[in-house]
Amino acid sequence: MLERINEAYTQIARAQKTLGRTVNIMEVCGTHTVTIFRAGLRSALPEGLKLLSGPGCPVCITDQGYIDAILAFADRTDIIIATYGDMIRVPGRNGSLEQKTNRGNIKIILSAEDVLKLAKQNPDKKILFVAVGFETTAPATAVLANEALQQGIKNIAIFSNHKLVVPAMASLLTTKNHRIDAFICPGHVSVIIGCDAYLPIVEQFHKPCVVAGFEPMQIIDAISEICRQLAEDEPQLGSVYQAAVKPGGNETAKKIINDTFDISDGYWRGLGEIKKSTLKLKEKFSSLDAEKQLGVKFIPEEDLTGCCCGEVLCGLMDPPDCGLFATSCTPDSPVGPCMVSSEGACAAWFKYTRKKRQK
Amino acid sequence: MMMADDDKILLAHGGGGRLTNELIRSVIISALGNYTLSKLTDSAELKIGQTDICFTTDSFVVKPLFFNGGDIGKLAVCGTINDLAVGGAKPLVLSLSLIIEEGLELEVLRKILHSAAKAAKQENVEIVCGDTKVVEAGAADKIFINTSGIGLKLPKADVGFEKIAAGDKIIITGTIGDHGMTIISHREGTKFESDLKSDCAPVSEICGKVIEALGDDIKFMRDPTRGGLAATLNEIVNQTNLGIEIEESQIPVNPTVRAAADMLGFDILNIANEGKAVIVVSPQKAQKCLEICQSCEIGKEAAIIGQIIQGTEPLVELITMIKGRRIVPMPYGRELPRIC
Repeated sequence: MLERINEAYTQIARAQKTLGRTVNIMEVCGTHTVTIFRAGLRSALPEGLKLLSGPGCPVCITDQGYIDAILAFADRTDIIIATYGDMIRVPGRNGSLEQKTNRGNIKIILSAEDVLKLAKQNPDKKILFVAVGFETTAPATAVLANEALQQGIKNIAIFSNHKLVVPAMASLLTTKNHRIDAFICPGHVSVIIGCDAYLPIVEQFHKPCVVAGFEPMQIIDAISEICRQLAEDEPQLGSVYQAAVKPGGNETAKKIINDTFDISDGYWRGLGEIKKSTLKLKEKFSSLDAEKQLGVKFIPEEDLTGCCCGEVLCGLMDPPDCGLFATSCTPDSPVGPCMVSSEGACAAWFKYTRKKRQK
Repeated sequence: MMMADDDKILLAHGGGGRLTNELIRSVIISALGNYTLSKLTDSAELKIGQTDICFTTDSFVVKPLFFNGGDIGKLAVCGTINDLAVGGAKPLVLSLSLIIEEGLELEVLRKILHSAAKAAKQENVEIVCGDTKVVEAGAADKIFINTSGIGLKLPKADVGFEKIAAGDKIIITGTIGDHGMTIISHREGTKFESDLKSDCAPVSEICGKVIEALGDDIKFMRDPTRGGLAATLNEIVNQTNLGIEIEESQIPVNPTVRAAADMLGFDILNIANEGKAVIVVSPQKAQKCLEICQSCEIGKEAAIIGQIIQGTEPLVELITMIKGRRIVPMPYGRELPRIC
């Protein structure tokens, strides 16, 4: 272990020397963000390295308009809202699902499969599925849609807001003044889309992309590999998670995503509209599409006054530098989405570091 | 965050974390508070004539009713026994009240009561009074149980937040997170379900023995139930204004429990235990205390996990496996499985 940490120190110093400044590496995935904080990685690595927390938490990047659209159904006794757990605390403009659960029609599920069970157990109700997440959860939603269609189950309405990771990474790199030198790429997502999916980032933007798993030591290895590439000015694709991630990813999962969804433009909280970044159900699934069946209205958010989640996600700012951080925005009463999820950059910063108290 | 008049009770208000604390302080204490209640100890210390007793109560609403390692009956007895034991008392008698949902199978009730009786007998505790109510279907979830208990304060016991001082060592009497992850896995139907077992057990043997041997060198004890080790340690720093430093590498965790927690994105430090005690002991007697814990059946994996420090702030800090440092915050009150 010590050897691998020492190697990281060596490579960080080399990269710092080549760049002539601090090395900025973005971990795209929210789970990496949490691992980094829980393991106290920042405090264990030298100051010449800065880890930026990226947009890789599906909850963080959910636009308020999407939450509002779902909340419009919270009072309906003929509808059960099925959602992944960490979505329930995300504030829309009129509160969160957790605050509206007093009627008991909001069910926390662990997988899209549970939606099918709920639909069968409650034939007299419509199950509104809050379908969010990256390429990791999209295949499960696709399986659900196909199963429901095949079995003729009609009381499911899927409100798809699945997001694609690579368009967001590319979008960050076209942001003015961004500070990103390289990416630690998400483990779970990469199992699905494969390492090769990041080739455009390497080729067009010349940024190293290294996939890592979720052990702290794997993240340290990824940092070593990235810094080696930066030191030698040879941006490449890499993976320290080879056991699970193939170059082409999981073909079956990719195929069902392609067969079920169309890629459309979509809103990301704090980042605005990103072209070709959101998955919407194809025409043939219209009978299951909440937007078509329930007339779900999606009104994109305006800027959250004073909230700097956008800047935090782009690596332009650390959470404590936001005026709302730890004052009017805390994990108990979050303003921005990065404070909501346990994987959000602001929540992790708030919970696991001292800096908030030094403000 | 203060509670506003139009706020509603959330599930997280019952989770033993920040929201529970807030509810107790801003609503319950303000309505009912008195000298004894306001101390917020696991059990109330009272003097009846010349006798010091401890009195406590607890309600049990666990779902599922039966789980690997126990059931709601055993839990209801052990839970109250443990609240007395960590207060430095020898548990004597319990009450047991049932709120039953119409339609519960009699066989289920029999099994639960049998299990409660067995747990009480093993601890030489008698259930001496009780109550039974039945509510219509839907008004409760199968069965809720309340137990109250009285214990005799051990003559050598002198425990309390005010006894804790910088330099004191912190012992946990075994692996953490077993109960919480067993229950969560049952509910979520994860693949770990069959390999997990609740630690539901009385801690009175350990608590009694360490008090008997080490007297007032035992500064404080608490069973880290809801909110887990994180909630208990945070309560200590909040009440004492001291700091705590714990070492991740020293905290015993069953590998399956860790894998299940990792899969669901839970911090193991926030997960409930039902057969463990956190013991704060003077540095001189820490090793002796550890040996006594380890000599007990449920304390074999006890470990010294850290110490009380004179920090600049009342914070719990974890030294991680890779020798990084981070704050261990008070849990919010409800662990939510993450999305991927």
